Amino acid sequence: MTNTIADIEEADVILITGSNTTENHPVLSSFVKRAVKFRGAKLILVDPRRIKIAAYAHQWLRQNLGADVAWINGMMNVIIEEDLYDKTFVAERTEGFEEMKKVVEKFTPEYVEGISGIPAQQIIDAARMYAAAEKGTILYCMGITQHITGTDNVKSLANLAMLCGNMGIRGGGVNPLRGQNNVQGACDMGGLPNVFTAYQPVNNPDAVKKMEQNWGVSGISDKVGLKVTEMIPKAHSGELKALYIIGENPLVSDPDLNHAEASFKHLDFLVVQDIFMTETAQLADVVLPSACFAEKEGTFSNTERRVQRVRKAVEPPGEAKDDWWITWEIARRMGHETDQYTDSQKIFEEIRKVTPSYAGITYERIEVEGLHWPCPTTEHPGTPILHIGQFPKGRGTFHAIDYIQPAEQTDDEYPLYLTTGRVLYQYHTGTMTRKTQGLNEREGESFVEITPRDADRLKIEDGAMVEISSRRGAIQARIKISDKAVDGTVFIPFHFAEAAANRLTNAALDPVSGIPEYKVCAVKVSAAA
Amino acid sequence: MDNGNMIIINGNEIPFEPGETILQAAQRKSIEIPTLCYLKGASPTGECRMCVVEVEGARNLVASCAAPAGKGMVVHTESPRVVEARRLLLKLLLSSGNHNCAVRKSDDQDWTGFQLSVQKEDSSAELCPAWGDCKLQNLAYQYQVTGEQFPRTETPYPMETVNPFIVRDFSRCIKCGRCVQACCDIQVNDAISFGYRGSNTKVIAAGDRPLKDSDCVFCGECVQACPVATLMEKDARYRIRPWETEKVRTTCSYCGVGCQLNLHVKEGEVVQVTGVEEIAPNYGSLCVKGRFGFNFINAPDRLKSPMIKKEDGTFREASWDEALDLVAEKFKAVRDDHGPDAFGLLTSARVTNEENYIAQKFARAVMKTNNVDHCARL
Ligand code: SF4
Ligand code: SF4
Ligand code: SF4
Ligand code: FES
Repeated sequence: MTNTIADIEEADVILITGSNTTENHPVLSSFVKRAVKFRGAKLILVDPRRIKIAAYAHQWLRQNLGADVAWINGMMNVIIEEDLYDKTFVAERTEGFEEMKKVVEKFTPEYVEGISGIPAQQIIDAARMYAAAEKGTILYCMGITQHITGTDNVKSLANLAMLCGNMGIRGGGVNPLRGQNNVQGACDMGGLPNVFTAYQPVNNPDAVKKMEQNWGVSGISDKVGLKVTEMIPKAHSGELKALYIIGENPLVSDPDLNHAEASFKHLDFLVVQDIFMTETAQLADVVLPSACFAEKEGTFSNTERRVQRVRKAVEPPGEAKDDWWITWEIARRMGHETDQYTDSQKIFEEIRKVTPSYAGITYERIEVEGLHWPCPTTEHPGTPILHIGQFPKGRGTFHAIDYIQPAEQTDDEYPLYLTTGRVLYQYHTGTMTRKTQGLNEREGESFVEITPRDADRLKIEDGAMVEISSRRGAIQARIKISDKAVDGTVFIPFHFAEAAANRLTNAALDPVSGIPEYKVCAVKVSAAA
Repeated sequence: MDNGNMIIINGNEIPFEPGETILQAAQRKSIEIPTLCYLKGASPTGECRMCVVEVEGARNLVASCAAPAGKGMVVHTESPRVVEARRLLLKLLLSSGNHNCAVRKSDDQDWTGFQLSVQKEDSSAELCPAWGDCKLQNLAYQYQVTGEQFPRTETPYPMETVNPFIVRDFSRCIKCGRCVQACCDIQVNDAISFGYRGSNTKVIAAGDRPLKDSDCVFCGECVQACPVATLMEKDARYRIRPWETEKVRTTCSYCGVGCQLNLHVKEGEVVQVTGVEEIAPNYGSLCVKGRFGFNFINAPDRLKSPMIKKEDGTFREASWDEALDLVAEKFKAVRDDHGPDAFGLLTSARVTNEENYIAQKFARAVMKTNNVDHCARL
C-alpha cells in the first residue's frame, strides 16, 4: 500500500475493486465501513459479484470479467473530457499525460459500456464522484492482478490516482491489499527471481557485487531467474531437475493443477518443508517439518509495509525446526561454512546491512509498534505514506494502456465464466483453517455460486451436486444459488483440495508479472453423474 | 500553554484539548476512573454511570466518559459522594443477574443456595466462568460491595450455545451496550442491537435469532468488549483461568492486515487469542480466522519428524542428519552436474522475513541461481 490502513478513514471517496474486502481483509474492511457510516465518505465498488461491502457502496458498478482496463480508461475519459483532473499535479509531478490521453480518447462511456457491460451513465457518475474527492483512495486485490492484463490493470489504477492528484497525500493512494500475511515481506526480502532484497535488480552489476561482498562469495548469477509459473513447464520438460518448496502448497493453489501435478512428478528431486503433509508434500522425496508462526521469533511485513514482530509462544511439535535453521543447515552440509546464525535477530541484523529500506529498523524499535519501510536510518521515523512531494524516480509516469480481452472466452461448449476466490471462514489452500472444526462448520466444503436464473436454465436445484468442467479438468461441488452471483458467471472458492477450483483455471499468464488468469475461464456445469 | 485549557482533577492541574472528555484528560495523567460501558473508539453512551465524578458547582454527579472537560473545572474522582454512588450502582448490578462469584455475598448459607441455583441454570457446578477476569467483580472488590441488599432478578432468556465459537449467557448481562457498540461502531458488522424493553431488555441478533442465523461473522469483537461473563469464547469457557495463562504478543499469520494478537498459553498450548488493544494496525479488532482459527498449531497431524520417501512411494521417518545430508548431497549433485539453473526454490509468504531472506540467500549464494520465487501471487 502507498498509504496506511488507518489512512482509509481519512478518505472522502473510497474506490474498491477486485477485493472482497469483508471476507478477505475483514479488519481492514471495518476501516472502510466506519469511514462510510460515521465520516460521510463515499464508496464506489467495482466488482462482478454482489459482495457484502456492496451494501455500503454509494455506487456499485458490475463489470464483465477482465474488462478492468476498459472501465478505468472510461472513468479517465470522463474526467479529462469534463476537465475534472488535477492540472497542477499532472503538470508538476507527472509525465506521459498526452500519450495516455490519446489512448483514453476512444474510451467514451458508450464504448466502455459495450466492453464492460457497465451502463455509460454509471461510469460518468463514478468518474465524477472520484474526481470530486479531495482525498480519494483506491483499494484493490487479486481481482485486479489475477488476469493476463493484471499489470495493465494496476498501472491503469495508478493512472487514475495520478490524474486526480491522489498520490502522496493522507487518505489517498493506490493500495494493493496483500492476501497472505507476509507476501510483502517475501517480496521485500528478494523472494523473487529478478531482485535481491529491497528490489535491487539481480542484473545490476553493483547490486551483485554488493551481495557478493556481504555474503563473502563469488559467482552470483546476474541472470534473471524463473518465476514459479515458468518453473512448472521447465520441470515438465526436464530442464528443471530439483525443486525446494518452503511453506507453500502449489498443488492446490496453482492454475491448471492437472498439468502442475504431472510436472512435479517429472522432477528428479523434490523437497517440501511445511507444517503439514500437504498435497504437495505427498509428492516430495524428502519432507522437512517446520515450526509454525506461534513457535518462532522473527518479523512479518504487513500490507501497509509495517514491519512487525513475531514471537515464540509455544514449542514446535516433535522434531520440527525453524525454517531458517533447516535451510541454512542444508547450506552448511553443502560445504557453505560462512555465516552461521544463532537466532532470527542475527539474521535481521544482516538484512539491515544489505536492505536500504530496512536499515533503520531494529527489533528494539519495533518492540511495541511496527515501523513502515522505507526506514533508512535508526533515527528515521519510517514512511507511512509513499510519494509525498516526489516519486522515487522524480516524476510519475502515465501509461497509455489499451484494452485486451481475457485469454479464454465462453463458447457453445463452455458457456459460463468461472471466477475464483476465498471465503471468510477459510484461508488459502485450507491447510491451517481446516483444522479448526468451527470454521469448517461455518463453511466446510466447496460450492458453485450461481444466479437463480442460470440455475433455473440448467434445471439445477440449490444444494445439488454438479460437475463443473473446463478445457483442463473437472471437479464436483454443490450448487449454491446466491444473489451475490451475476448471470453467466459462477464463482468457486479455491480452498478445498478435494474439489480444487484450480483443476479448472487457466494458466495463461500476465506477460510481466507472470500471474495466471485465475479470475476468468470458461466452464460448463452439468448434473453430477 | 494556554492557561485557559486547564482542568483540575483531584488537585492536579491537567491541560486538555478542546473536545476532550474529563475521562480522557484523567487517563492521560494516569488517574483511574472506573468505567463499564465506555468503549474506546465509539461515541460514549453514558449508559452505566460507573464513571461518575463530582464537579464542583454542579448539582449532579456527571458521567466523565461523556462530559467534556471545561476550563477551570474542579473535579473529584473518589469523593465520598462519588464512592457512595458507585457502590449503589454496583449493588444493583450484582443483584440484576446471575453474578455468582464470591463477592456477591459472604454469607455462607446463602452461598450454598446460590450455588445450587447456579447449577440449575448454568448446567455447571462451577463458579462464573469469568471469575478473576471480570470488570464487575473487580469493581465490587475494589469498592467492597455485595449484592445482598436487593432481591435477585431472574433472567427470562436461556443461554445460547448453538454456534461453534461464542456462548451467550444472558443471565449475566449488565446491559452496558459495549457489545452492540463493538459490533456496530467498531467492526461495523451491524449484527446485534438492543431488543425488548425495560427489565426484559436483551441484546438480540436479527430479530432475536441465534447468532449463526444472523449477520454475525464471528469476529468476536463483542466477546472481547464484554466486561463480564455474558459473552465468552466457547472453547475457553471453564477451561482456562486468567492467572493460569501467559500472554505472548505476536502478529496474525493469515491475511496481510497483520493484526497484533495475544496468544494465551496454558501448559505449552495456545488456548485463546485476543486482539492487542490500542496498537496499530488493528487496535484490538480481529476476524474469525485470527481469533478462532488457531487449532492448527496443536493439530495432531502436524509434521513432527523429517520423512524420506521409500521405493514403494510411502514415507518413513528419518533423523535430521540423514534427511539433511541426503538433501545436501542431491542439491549439490544437481548444481554440479546440471548447472545452477536446474534448481528452483519456492519460498513462502507464510514464513518470516528472516526465513525468506535465508531462503533466497541459499538459492543465490549457495546454489548460484536466481530461480527463486514464492506463490503469493497465486
Ligand atoms: S462476533 Fe462480531 S459480528 Fe458477531 S455479534 Fe459479535 S461483534 Fe458482531
Ligand atoms: S453482553 Fe456483555 S457487553 Fe453486551 S450488554 Fe451484556 S454485559 Fe454488556
Ligand atoms: S485477524 Fe483476520 S484481518 Fe487480522 S490479520 Fe488475521 S486474518 Fe487478517
Ligand atoms: S463508563 Fe461512563 S457511563 Fe458507563
